Amino acid sequence: MSAATPVVAGKGTLGTRTMKLNIGPQHPATHGTLHLECEVDGEVIVDVIPHIGFLHTGFEKLAEYRSYNQFITLSDRLNYMSSLNNNIGFAMAVEELLGIEITPRCRVLRVIMAELGRIGDHALSIGLQAMDLGAFSIMLWTFVEREKLYDIFEAVTGGRLTTSWTRIGGLSRDVPDDFVPAVKKFVDYFPGVVDEIEKMLNRNRIFLKRTIGVGALSKQDAISHGLTGPLLRACGVAYDIRRANPYLGYEKYDFDVPTAPDGDVYSRYKVRIAELRQSLRILEQAMENIPSGPVTALDTKFALPDKFSIYNDMEALIHHFKLIMHGHGFKPQAGEIYSSTEGPNGELGWFIVSDGTRNPYRLRCRPPSFINYTAMPKMVRGQMISDLVAVMSSINVIAGELDR
Amino acid sequence: MGRGNRPVVKGDKAIRFWDIAVVIGVFAVVMQIVPLLVWAERRISALIQDRVGPNRVGPFGLFQPLADAIKLLFKEDVIPDGADRFLFVLAPALAFFPAAMTATVIPFGAPMLIGGEMLQLQVCRGNVGMMLFMALTGLSVYGIAFGGWASNNKYAMLGSLRASAQVLSYEIAMGIALVSVFMTSQSVDLNTIVADQTGTWMGFVPKWNVLKQPLAFVIFFIAAFAETNRLPFDLAECEAELVGGYHTEYSSMKFSLFFLAEYAAMFSSCCMITTLFLGGWSFPGMPAGETGKLFSLLTVAVFFTKVAVLLFFFIVVRWTLPRFRFDQLMHLGWKTLIPLGLANIAATGVAAQL
Amino acid sequence: MRYDYVGVLIYLVLAVGFVLIGMTAQRFVSKFLRTNKPSAAKLSPYECGEEPVGGTSIRFNIRFYVMALVFIVFDVEIVLLFPWARVFTELYPYYRMTLFWDMLIFVGILALGLAYIWAKGDLEWVKTFRKHLSPAEKVARTPSKKEAV
Repeated sequence: MSAATPVVAGKGTLGTRTMKLNIGPQHPATHGTLHLECEVDGEVIVDVIPHIGFLHTGFEKLAEYRSYNQFITLSDRLNYMSSLNNNIGFAMAVEELLGIEITPRCRVLRVIMAELGRIGDHALSIGLQAMDLGAFSIMLWTFVEREKLYDIFEAVTGGRLTTSWTRIGGLSRDVPDDFVPAVKKFVDYFPGVVDEIEKMLNRNRIFLKRTIGVGALSKQDAISHGLTGPLLRACGVAYDIRRANPYLGYEKYDFDVPTAPDGDVYSRYKVRIAELRQSLRILEQAMENIPSGPVTALDTKFALPDKFSIYNDMEALIHHFKLIMHGHGFKPQAGEIYSSTEGPNGELGWFIVSDGTRNPYRLRCRPPSFINYTAMPKMVRGQMISDLVAVMSSINVIAGELDR
Repeated sequence: MGRGNRPVVKGDKAIRFWDIAVVIGVFAVVMQIVPLLVWAERRISALIQDRVGPNRVGPFGLFQPLADAIKLLFKEDVIPDGADRFLFVLAPALAFFPAAMTATVIPFGAPMLIGGEMLQLQVCRGNVGMMLFMALTGLSVYGIAFGGWASNNKYAMLGSLRASAQVLSYEIAMGIALVSVFMTSQSVDLNTIVADQTGTWMGFVPKWNVLKQPLAFVIFFIAAFAETNRLPFDLAECEAELVGGYHTEYSSMKFSLFFLAEYAAMFSSCCMITTLFLGGWSFPGMPAGETGKLFSLLTVAVFFTKVAVLLFFFIVVRWTLPRFRFDQLMHLGWKTLIPLGLANIAATGVAAQL
Repeated sequence: MRYDYVGVLIYLVLAVGFVLIGMTAQRFVSKFLRTNKPSAAKLSPYECGEEPVGGTSIRFNIRFYVMALVFIVFDVEIVLLFPWARVFTELYPYYRMTLFWDMLIFVGILALGLAYIWAKGDLEWVKTFRKHLSPAEKVARTPSKKEAV
């Protein structure tokens, strides 16, 4: 026993002492690799020091040596549970830097895929939350649904987990013919799954006891920590970038920003469930009329020509060469841009500084997990070890995004 | 009541071949039911979770537990630094004995007339088998407590502390539920309790204790979950918080003994619930005083059917519910089950006076 | 009667034999088949890959001992209740009523004891639960129980 361990109860030498307990990096509850250095008094957490950096990939630095299109592949690895949202967010930031207007078809397709990505992420998050509370089956149910989503992703992008779908100025390719029926089928089918999950958890006394009042955070704390996404909305702040600062034509869609009052684990669960339904609503509206036309901006100085014309058209091949080959590629004007989208975990921001060369001078990502994770010690202090696990899964920390 | 026409012949006879056969048989059943249970758990959980489950080793994957056992036997046996080696080795055995021994008090079927003498399908013939049951349940905590403490591991120690407090608390609730059953049946002998539950009301409703003592049944059932460390009460080993709980540091044969103990305890608990509340080996419309061999085997089949239903329920609960937090668990035990049990005793007493 | 528990003894011998054989087999027979390569890292207590700070044999929270004490009281109570439950209806009416009321008073006293420790807060598993919170956090931790959207 180290001399530094403070005596927390009783007087003199007969008091009980706190114990240092490491949760992570190799722990079943730390999805990904996190390390929480806990000080526990019995089972009550006196303090928590989160250590991060186990999955540090340094991709902000890597971006300085890659062209903008090359970086899209890296953005997959950020929050790997919703790589589509990262792809879209990054492409939008660069398009804003370049001043490209994307085609209407591309906008709608991006909205559809972003919402599908959000559904996948939220479903998994709810499943993991249930799993950490002990209801293992629900996690596997959501995994099954995610597999169905991944089938759609695979048909559209060619990849299941790491999609690398967008390109600066458009998409890597147009969606396949059976895309609309596949998504329609999913949209029809998925509400039943949400109902099933709700049936399992909403009136489950154990689940309610384990979540209500656990890890609660006040509105002020949430705002001052800079929380975004479901965590902030669970504290009663109706802030959603899709509403506050619409992009991709989100202002045209009719959807609610769900909030919950308490800021505890239960509120986060409720918000995520409600957001699943809202995403389905957006999907239904977006599926109604997908504009026809090209998916890539016609401005070929920036946007990649499609593969068919590369093989059949001399001009397209030249453009392709000028954009792709080493030492070539477009050069944005010198300047800087901050662009943010609503990722599943919160505000996913991209700060890009261009010095007029082919690579960004500096790229900085505002990862929602990282900012949300800062409020973690405040949430769990004075709660039990079991609550720590519940809180951690309710934050939905994705290590790839946390450590970048 | 049933005490008068007790169908059991007892005497100061020396122990006979068939008695020993019953002992060995019960031991074999307990040891064989565990792999079956493990297999059933994995298949049923797969069913619940839209998976296939183990289906490669043997027909329907039935030999999967055997393969697991062989694998465990060949695993490296690690005793961590700083562990109390004696207790570390002793703990799995201590966990295994009470779990396996609980089955001794269960009457598995109607007495059988064999070789001109009555053979009871029960290992412990004494009429205070319930005391033995309570004692063994109390002892089961030692294995877990020692195992967690001797591991010199913080998760294991937290798990064992949780287990001790949990098992102790729920043992009281269990005992209180038992008292009201004894009051109804006016016996502490399991054979008499079973005999008391034969017969029917209105020709088809069996006179089971679950209908006479529904509250005691619920309390005992919940306590049985807690005593066997099953979800939603598996706080001693909850993998999401304490990694493996008390058996975090265990590997190889020692781990498999803990594993065996858990499932054996589950089987014994289900047997006990069946005997106490679901009429044991009796079934409605059963001829009284029948001692044929076939009839006896039929009652054994009836008994195991009831146990299988309970075990199925145990498994389904395990794979659908979240688990309690520790203070909530103690809250349920001390503030809900125990006062309810005490009230139930008083109510039963008053009812018996009327 | 003398042989009533012989079966249990035989059963115990079987169980002990099973464990002994298993342990021995694991220790000696499978020694030739299984790996045995201990290393310092492998033998160190598992703590998620971190070096454990501080041992496990510390003075732990007092709640566990309180619970154990309360348990003993109630367990003894149950042991006393068992024989009573067996005989309480069999005696002559006068004694029967006396015995019944006696036991009810006994249980009542213990129930009072339970009520006392309940009121005193010793049944709250974590008495120190909110001790570590600041006043603002205490307010935040009180849920309003309002339904979410």
